[in-house]
Amino acid sequence: MLGKLTWDAIPFDQPIPMIASGVVALGILAMLGWVVIRGHLPYLWREWITSVDHKRIGVMYTLLAMVMLLRGFADALMMRMQQSIAFHSQGFLPPEHYDQIFSAHGTIMIFFVAMPFMIGLMNFVVPLQLGVRDVAFPTLNSVGFWLTATGALLVNISLVIGEFARNGWLPYPPLSELAYSPGVGVDYYLWSLEISGVGTLVAGINLVTTVLKVRTKGMNYLRMPMFCWTTLATNLLIVAAFPILTATLAMLLLDRYLGFHFFTNEAGGNVMMFVNLIWAWGHPEVYILVLPAFGIFSEVISTFSGKPLFGYRSMVAATMAICILSFMVWLHHFFTMGAGADVNAIFGIATMIIAVPTGVKVFNWLFTMYGGRIRFSVPVLWSIGFMVTFVLGGMTGVLMAVPPADFVLHNSLFLVAHFHNVIIGGVLFGAFAGYTYWFPKAFGFRLHEGLGRAAFWFWIIGFYVAFMPLYVLGLMGMTRRMQHYDVPDWRPWLLIAAVGAAIILAGIILQIVQLAVSIRRRDALRDETGDPWDGRSLEWATSSPPPAFNFAVLPHVEGGDAYWTMKQRARRQGNLGEEPNYTDIEMPRNSPTGFICAFFATFMGFALIWHIWWMVALSALGAYATFVVFAWRDRVEDIIPAEEVARIDRANRSARGEALVHMQATP
Amino acid sequence: MSAFQAAIGHDREWPDRQHPVAHAAHGQVSKRIIVGYGFWIFLLSDIVMFSAFFASYAVLVGQTAGGPSGRELFDLRNTGIQTACLLLSTFACGLASIGVQTRRGSWFYGAMAATFMLGAAFVGLEAREFAGLVARGAGPTRSAFLSAFFTLVGCHGLHVTVGLLWLLTMMAQVFAKGYRADILRRMLCFSLFWHTLDIIWVALFTVVYLMGAGQ
Repeated sequence: MLGKLTWDAIPFDQPIPMIASGVVALGILAMLGWVVIRGHLPYLWREWITSVDHKRIGVMYTLLAMVMLLRGFADALMMRMQQSIAFHSQGFLPPEHYDQIFSAHGTIMIFFVAMPFMIGLMNFVVPLQLGVRDVAFPTLNSVGFWLTATGALLVNISLVIGEFARNGWLPYPPLSELAYSPGVGVDYYLWSLEISGVGTLVAGINLVTTVLKVRTKGMNYLRMPMFCWTTLATNLLIVAAFPILTATLAMLLLDRYLGFHFFTNEAGGNVMMFVNLIWAWGHPEVYILVLPAFGIFSEVISTFSGKPLFGYRSMVAATMAICILSFMVWLHHFFTMGAGADVNAIFGIATMIIAVPTGVKVFNWLFTMYGGRIRFSVPVLWSIGFMVTFVLGGMTGVLMAVPPADFVLHNSLFLVAHFHNVIIGGVLFGAFAGYTYWFPKAFGFRLHEGLGRAAFWFWIIGFYVAFMPLYVLGLMGMTRRMQHYDVPDWRPWLLIAAVGAAIILAGIILQIVQLAVSIRRRDALRDETGDPWDGRSLEWATSSPPPAFNFAVLPHVEGGDAYWTMKQRARRQGNLGEEPNYTDIEMPRNSPTGFICAFFATFMGFALIWHIWWMVALSALGAYATFVVFAWRDRVEDIIPAEEVARIDRANRSARGEALVHMQATP
Repeated sequence: MSAFQAAIGHDREWPDRQHPVAHAAHGQVSKRIIVGYGFWIFLLSDIVMFSAFFASYAVLVGQTAGGPSGRELFDLRNTGIQTACLLLSTFACGLASIGVQTRRGSWFYGAMAATFMLGAAFVGLEAREFAGLVARGAGPTRSAFLSAFFTLVGCHGLHVTVGLLWLLTMMAQVFAKGYRADILRRMLCFSLFWHTLDIIWVALFTVVYLMGAGQ
């Protein structure tokens, strides 16, 4: 009846997962109880869960990422604690549990923190920057988000029911094959990534189509803000790379479920094929993560320097060059696996070449700041912190691109330090910069500045204290993923790294406090005009938060830095220009399709993991029925009447008009 | 408008020109173009997925683990009939598109039914081939070569099967709702999907069956 699922699946004898999941379950129940008792459920259902508004979906993606960041960071803290005490001892985490923790940490941080954070910001910002009312496929957007949430949910269910994978964030065979990993851990990994991978692909298709086909009048390619360009590059990479991940994981699933021989040791299976395929996705993936961050830094630096982005066209070229080159370097992830000197040399050189467009970008940011009137606000701090940290991480990357050096450093903590150096310093700092920069646009009030600064300093100092020792440890020969060790020289460095993790924890706590304080003091932090930073692109041309339809009248773009140009004209004329002619606006109607579809996907994934075949069939039927019901509906759009549009837009125009008068009074 | 004009895409569906209403997403481009374009991007991603399966087949084709190779297993006559079924079904699908454009119900339903029959025949022949291989002890668990073969060909077969379900749903939808603009867009996507399965099959027939039988 329930396949492999029995009471033994719940780890009653292990206090750590039981307590952790108990606390999480209580938290969720308390939250649900609060929502139901206070009567917020209809509001949540109507305005958020069934919403197809790109802004709401973007916020939900970001929220998911931030919640999962806490989970992934808790794993990181446990690893740092384990390694700081497991000298000549077993520490407090037994090997099978420790292995699950480092696997879950990597999986969660990449797939359920970095990815949804970036996709959330792109979803929120890009239609606003393009001057349009929504993405190309609003309902599909909601489906994509909820499938991502399904994947995250399945990973977290594995904490309580069963176990998670123990083979690291990429399930290298033959270890991940049924013969060596007979439990459900690898299945949890595979199904949650297959399901959330579909969600990511959907988001990628949606955003590519949006950037290429849905732009306002006059928004030529070379007038698009840089963030739109990096969004385009990122989502092209998603469309080209994620199907490879889907196929590769499907092959491993076939091996595990039906006894196929893709990657087995027996019957001609080829383990190296897995490694090649997974990195043919995996290397583009790192650029999928970091390119949007590059876009965010471009926006932030240009805005807060009060200058157009230096070398815009070279920035576009560099972005697209990275987009293509990212597919040509995957082999550097396994130089040691016997491809031969010639092949290694070619891939080593290709890897170094990719540093050239990245260098172009760094110089462009520096030259944008040069001669500008820089306001050192929190997003700028993150950007400068990024430039220093990322260049350092990039250089250790170029170092490892030299195959002979890689033979020494491969699989050591040097590698771990390197990729945390670029992913924290690049992706996460970018995400935090974007979060601080666009928060007022999403919610209508700014985040508290002082607490933001404090969080930044704790983060960046904590980062250096936590990860610089890992470089040293790598050079001393410590390999990654060690549950215990007996080399006395390593211990001091591991203790320093643990202190670093604690400093980062303080940074995270400050960020939570910052959010709480900002919400409490939102009236003092209010953004009345919709343009709190003196911005340059079109998202600042509408109110904060923007109305459901984004723009009462679609803006007409006449050059780069579209909103800056409009603002300059208004300043010269001394008024905002004539009131536009308002018309009715049709907006896509909310739909629970995404949520219901993900509901069935969750059951389907769970049933597949535990071999509950009747539930698989039932869920598949349910998902199909959901789509048919969606396809059968008659009303697909709601109309917002012109009077309502006019009322909303006039309020914003008067706030902007006042700001304009005020600005002219104080030159 | 002639059937020919309709078939080559001079469609009459531009609702946004008639209403003085501002639409949600599209500033300048018609919804039909956006949907078709987005679906093309999806098809490209699907082709990338197939290319991963093709690559793994190419890597594993020699790994027969002492079992049979393609030369001993492939029956070109069966696959030839399959190919004919699939290509003819695509032709029928093209006729169905014209039926939609010209709003001729009998044409549309007839052509869609023909598409379905030919597609179902394709899937049936493939299922028979697979069952025969398994019965001869040449199932996917026999060797890495056969794992890759069953996965690559089976993935295409699965796409055709899903397409058949989609086809029936489309027929039901046109029957229930008529030639509505959004249904016409879905029909466009369906025919793009069906044509793409042809492209993949041509590659598959060549790489797997012709090259396999000729070795």
